[in-house]
Amino acid sequence: MALSLTRAAPALTLLALLGPVAAGLAGTLAPAFGLMPALGGSEISLAPFRDLLDWPGLPRAVTLSLFTGLAATFLSLALTLLICAGWQGTRAFAALERVLSPLLSVPHAAAAFGLAFLIAPSGWIARLIALPLDWERPPDLLIVQDPWGLSLIAGLVVKEMPFLLLMSLAALPALRPAQSLATAQALGYGRVTAWAKVILPRLYPQIRLPVYAVLAFSISVVDVAMILGPGTPPPLAVQVLKWMNDPDLAMRFRAAAGALLLLALTVTALLLWRAGEGLSARLASRWLVAGGRGRADRALRRTGLGLGALSAALVLLGLAGLAVWSLAGLWRFPDLMPQGWTMRSWMRHGTELLALFGRTLLIAATASGLAMMLTTACLEAEQRYGLRPGTRALWLLYLPLLVPQIAFLPGLQVAALLTGIDGTFGAVIAVHVVFVLPYAFLSLSDPYRALDPRYAIVAQALGKGQSATFWRIRLPMLLRPWLTAAAVSAAVSVGQYLPTLLIGGGRVPTLTTEALALASGGDRRVIGVTALAQTAAAFLPFALALLIPALAWRNRRGMRHG
Amino acid sequence: MAEGLRFDELRIAHRGAPMLTLDARVAPGEVLTVMGPSGSGKSTLLSAIIGTLAPGFALTGRITLDGTEITRLPPERRRVGILFQDELLFPHLSVGGNLGFALPARLRGRARRERIDAALRDIGLEGFAPRDPATLSGGQKARIALMRMLLAEPRALLLDEPFSRLDAARRGQIRALVFERARAQGLPVLLVTHDPEDAEAAGGRVITLG
Repeated sequence: MALSLTRAAPALTLLALLGPVAAGLAGTLAPAFGLMPALGGSEISLAPFRDLLDWPGLPRAVTLSLFTGLAATFLSLALTLLICAGWQGTRAFAALERVLSPLLSVPHAAAAFGLAFLIAPSGWIARLIALPLDWERPPDLLIVQDPWGLSLIAGLVVKEMPFLLLMSLAALPALRPAQSLATAQALGYGRVTAWAKVILPRLYPQIRLPVYAVLAFSISVVDVAMILGPGTPPPLAVQVLKWMNDPDLAMRFRAAAGALLLLALTVTALLLWRAGEGLSARLASRWLVAGGRGRADRALRRTGLGLGALSAALVLLGLAGLAVWSLAGLWRFPDLMPQGWTMRSWMRHGTELLALFGRTLLIAATASGLAMMLTTACLEAEQRYGLRPGTRALWLLYLPLLVPQIAFLPGLQVAALLTGIDGTFGAVIAVHVVFVLPYAFLSLSDPYRALDPRYAIVAQALGKGQSATFWRIRLPMLLRPWLTAAAVSAAVSVGQYLPTLLIGGGRVPTLTTEALALASGGDRRVIGVTALAQTAAAFLPFALALLIPALAWRNRRGMRHG
Repeated sequence: MAEGLRFDELRIAHRGAPMLTLDARVAPGEVLTVMGPSGSGKSTLLSAIIGTLAPGFALTGRITLDGTEITRLPPERRRVGILFQDELLFPHLSVGGNLGFALPARLRGRARRERIDAALRDIGLEGFAPRDPATLSGGQKARIALMRMLLAEPRALLLDEPFSRLDAARRGQIRALVFERARAQGLPVLLVTHDPEDAEAAGGRVITLG
């Protein structure tokens, strides 16, 4: 690694993160106020906003976005904390930890499809009830895409809870929870109450940014909402995308105004949440020292474990449902299994899927590779020159996760159109890097900083320079976390829907864009095949990240957990 | 020209506050023991000699090794070896790989392998080259760490409480081995320790910091 590149890495990384966000926001801002010369908009006006306000579905769409976003975030956080409070350090918790990585690697769209298949009136759950009750046909209920967005909330919680759990797990060891818990329990506090009083107040500041990211994501999510959310009107983010894709180009102005409104909604929700944090802290400050030892401890523990297991089961059973549908011949209601099995769905779409699979992975590998290079160079610069980022830099890192995708991607699409790079492979990869980078950095930074610095000192005292120390000591010693971070990055890239669709201009189809294109069609066999292929694409890098270190270090006991 | 390790009015300050001063010479084969409570700047002194002083520390004065000033040299060109409390064998390399990492590049091919085998024989660990360092006992690891450092052909030795993790039986043995090797090769040694017994075994002058 060249010296100059390492030194320049932090600046380059910030540019790669913030450049597209800033350019995109500018590109959204202009048409929202009527400026878009290509479409004849040459004067600043409020017409796009008036047009937006005239849309009759607006109040409902706004309410839906806010309600589903806040509810999904609150439930994900509550469940995460309940599980940690009741079970951290136990065997049940270790079991949950083991399914965490696979749960996280399942793309949002695949998990949403799986859940939809499970809870639909003709899904497995209805069939289980139908059998003893002798129903002949599926109940006439609107469960998936219900008007309140409840199934959308469920679809978000089963994916965001594992993310928050992982972030908590990363932050917890530094707080030495076992000692604090034991001390509080010795004073007569119940387990959950003890956790809430002595660990939570210190943990929450550590996971605040991830919680904000979940909130912003949930309010502005498009792919999950297209599968599980209500249709008329849909949440605001989905509606903005519809306007973007409208053949009537004049709708672009309304789309831009809607995107800006969504940004304002997200900021409002974040401020509301922040106010809620302040209020909770004030209310809790008395409760913390009031001496209550907690009563409902046992019930709380069971609820936490039960809901956590249910949430994991919904995702895993959903995947199983996708698999069964992809292989199903005739499958009558209320049979639990198809009457016959067939490879026909796989055969019919095989060639096309293979091409999509290859393209999806190529984009993921390149985007993840670039993000990992920048991340590694940044962390190496930290080691060599002490260029350690402060708290403010961490906010910048989270920025692409806090600004709703739909708020800046339309603007970025315009920028891509103007420069003529839209619809190219390179443009899609570049925009994926923006969303992959934060995850690459978050995954790699802790293990990188945790490596005993004396190994490098020994290497240098043995006469090796910075670069030899990096390539021969630090990188091999960090092989496992490095590959894991690369796999996380690749999985994030595989799951990207909106960036691929908008910047690819529909000309760079991936498994994700294809799966979503099938959402409205309702052919369960094709959806099963495509969503499974998408899951496989996200899972493959994880499998490699496990396999490669296991092979490379099969004779090195000291590397087994490093 | 072999005049060992010299500190000429070495002063280290942290964010403007003076931390330690040292004016001393360690002759080849001699051991200088530095003692002092934690926080007295012992590890800062070692970082300064190795060349890995963190930003925020200011250093004035000169450090010379065999007549060459090393104060401003990068760590890898100082030829100062260090042994820490932990052996810090690289866990991803074999025992032979750890020794090979230290061996200068001018030795190639068979000569290189033979040098490694001879070094292992020398410390009573013949045939250990393909072994995984994680499978060795504490005493074996300590001997490998010492040999790894010597193979890099250092011109001075720093010891950062290197014996404190060993059990009582091993401690005396390893300590004797280290001092004997240093004396045989005419290396100036700077020993940092808490343990008066170490200082006594070293047999040289003792400086107390703080």
